[in-house]
Amino acid sequence: MSGDLLLKLELRSNPNLLSVVRGAMERLTEVFGFSAPECRSVTRAVDEALTNIMRHCYRGKLDQPIEVACSRVQRRGSAVRRTGLEILLSDRGPAVDPAKLRGRRLDEIKPGGLGLHFIRQSMDTVEFKRLRGMNQLRLVKYLQPSKQD
Amino acid sequence: MQISARRVDKTTIFDVIGDIDLANSPQIRKALLHEIREARTPKVVMNLTKVRYIDSSGVASLVEGLKASRDAGSRFILFGLSPAAREVLQLSRLLKIFEVHDNEEQALAS
Repeated sequence: MSGDLLLKLELRSNPNLLSVVRGAMERLTEVFGFSAPECRSVTRAVDEALTNIMRHCYRGKLDQPIEVACSRVQRRGSAVRRTGLEILLSDRGPAVDPAKLRGRRLDEIKPGGLGLHFIRQSMDTVEFKRLRGMNQLRLVKYLQPSKQD
Repeated sequence: MQISARRVDKTTIFDVIGDIDLANSPQIRKALLHEIREARTPKVVMNLTKVRYIDSSGVASLVEGLKASRDAGSRFILFGLSPAAREVLQLSRLLKIFEVHDNEEQALAS
């Protein structure tokens, strides 16, 4: 899968910047052709992923680097070619234990642990890998067939 | 995000303006828990009419408020949920757990 870069953001791990990224994602998803609920959904996933990086990878430090790269991608292989928005989030925090990336059960009423659940519900693909000393989270959301170009 | 409190009889209403996310959810949590645990207000209402977005840390603060109110034997009510706020409570299966009303009149009359 190869992507055409649409938008790249480099930011520091300061929670005050979350609203800035949300603003950018809201506009990008709109321009990309997603429906209003899908725009909210993708924006929420990116926001929650950044929140996790700031809280868990960087443990509240405000000056650590994060990169968000958004590309148009095509999924081939099945009968229908599908266009999607790929978002790669990279950080230089310590390696994440994949076992901790499952999220919690929702049948308990307790605070916390919802971010991953929101990400998985919002996106078609959620993949994590450690690459050259960086954590990389890959999120993909595909356009509905009627919106394909 | 701005949060302010006003009193109507024995009810405290928190008016929140702006997005609730990691940058400010601790402020929401602190205000709620103070009102419920220390001030022991019998009915605490959150006006979310001007809140466009709530993230998981904001939801966690609301859940803490709900649990504290249950422990204190008081009531915790939300009103004026935006589509995004409603979605996030639905996704976390919490919409039915909270007492939610459409507007302030309904929240106060309940």
